[in-house]
Amino acid sequence: MKINEKDLALKLALPVIAVVVWELLAIYVNNPVILPRVEAVVNVLIHPNQGILGTGNLIDNTLISIKRVLSGFFLASAVAIPLGILMGHYKTVNNLFDTIIELLRPIPPLAWVPLSLAWFGLGEMSMIFIIFIGAFFPILINTISGVKSVPTPLIEAALTLGAKGRDILLKVVIPASSPSILTGLRVGAGIAWMCVVAAEMLPSSNAGLGYLIMYAYSISRMDVVIACMIIIGIIGLILDRGLRYIEDKYFAWRKMMK
Amino acid sequence: MNVKLKVENLSKIFEFNGNRVKALENINLEVYENEFLTVMGPSGCGKTTLLRIIAGLDTPTEGRVLLDGREVKGPGADRGVVFQQYTLMPWRTVLKNVTFGLELRGVPKDERIKIAKKFIKMVGLEGFEDAYPYQLSGGMQQRVAIARTLANNPEIVLMDEPFAALDAQTRNILQNELLKIWQKDRKTVFFVTHSIDEAIYLSDRVVVLTARPGRIKEIVEIKLERPRDRTSIEFLEYRKLLLEILKEEVLKTIKRGE
Repeated sequence: MKINEKDLALKLALPVIAVVVWELLAIYVNNPVILPRVEAVVNVLIHPNQGILGTGNLIDNTLISIKRVLSGFFLASAVAIPLGILMGHYKTVNNLFDTIIELLRPIPPLAWVPLSLAWFGLGEMSMIFIIFIGAFFPILINTISGVKSVPTPLIEAALTLGAKGRDILLKVVIPASSPSILTGLRVGAGIAWMCVVAAEMLPSSNAGLGYLIMYAYSISRMDVVIACMIIIGIIGLILDRGLRYIEDKYFAWRKMMK
Repeated sequence: MNVKLKVENLSKIFEFNGNRVKALENINLEVYENEFLTVMGPSGCGKTTLLRIIAGLDTPTEGRVLLDGREVKGPGADRGVVFQQYTLMPWRTVLKNVTFGLELRGVPKDERIKIAKKFIKMVGLEGFEDAYPYQLSGGMQQRVAIARTLANNPEIVLMDEPFAALDAQTRNILQNELLKIWQKDRKTVFFVTHSIDEAIYLSDRVVVLTARPGRIKEIVEIKLERPRDRTSIEFLEYRKLLLEILKEEVLKTIKRGE
């Protein structure tokens, strides 16, 4: 247990120092438009259901962002996982989709903004589309590579036990590649979360954490800006750790695949 | 004696990068019902290729394989294989690995668990039903692989150097257990090894292949009562005989620099 305490102390050391330095700098700068005091930000954070600047409160805006992320993320998973499995398993499907995917993949999600606005208008759908694009590729790429790296001996063993094409896909390929798919989901979720904030900063947006940051900036409320950034960081961390927990708990066997 | 498996005029040529390599040449072989037959030869003689063709995992260039008079076309549950590499499904417990083949055939759950438990007990792994492969030693994993193959009740068991990766002690123990199971279960076994000791200890007949291209050089019947004593004069005489037969072929292989 002693080691754990030492680890924890070490892990918390830098964040604590950062807060202290921030507070000292804020006192020195003495201008809340450039750097607000720690107390001001904490004050925003500890009253999350208090209305801010007439745009609803922190909780509502956070929930709106989460809802958008989940919609885009689930849509992306629903398309990318089946497509990835088919592309990894069937060479013809891979040949069919590979070129277009490799061409689209390097385009950053934000480059899709104008088209997205033109196609889906100013509203939820265009933001969800941006998130979809952001989450789609990491999920797809990880799924394909997971399916392709299923060891041949496993498939051959299943064949000699009487497995046919469909059994191979359902009972060997999909379970064997599931850790890799989950890694894709974790990376995709992280990118989706980054995309929502960016999408909400677009002129058409009128709610969400990204919107709140831009609005607070326009009226020089840096305490609200920093409070929102902290929330974004914490939610991203929870998302990542949650999926990592699932990986460790349910995919402990994954070390054997290496 | 009934012929269980028949290999007829079988040849195999591998082609890669424009090179043609003859792996097997005109193999004719009969394996009798309940027989324990071992194939051995210098490394690269095509013994594993022969096993893979019988299993249906490779196709012959010429000739054919008949099981109970029917021509073999592709892999199937009637020819169980125990591979040299570890081929257990890492996401399945010991029990669920052993029930895999039964599950594919739609055997009801209660019944397949009953069958699996019987074979898990037979290979001495009672109490490990809920363990995952990564929690087991290499020897234990091979026992599970043997149980998995036997639980599927194949017509013939093909074993491709199943104990090659194990230490000498574990290998001897597993050889004894395999013999016990074979005597109890009355299966036909087609065993591939490069160990003379293992071949004499286990087999009714030993088929010696020549260096590449693999042809049948000689078939030696081991007329020793079981359990056999590895240090008896008769055993050592068989050793000497097989060493003599193999020597020429091994020298050929070495001369070619393989």
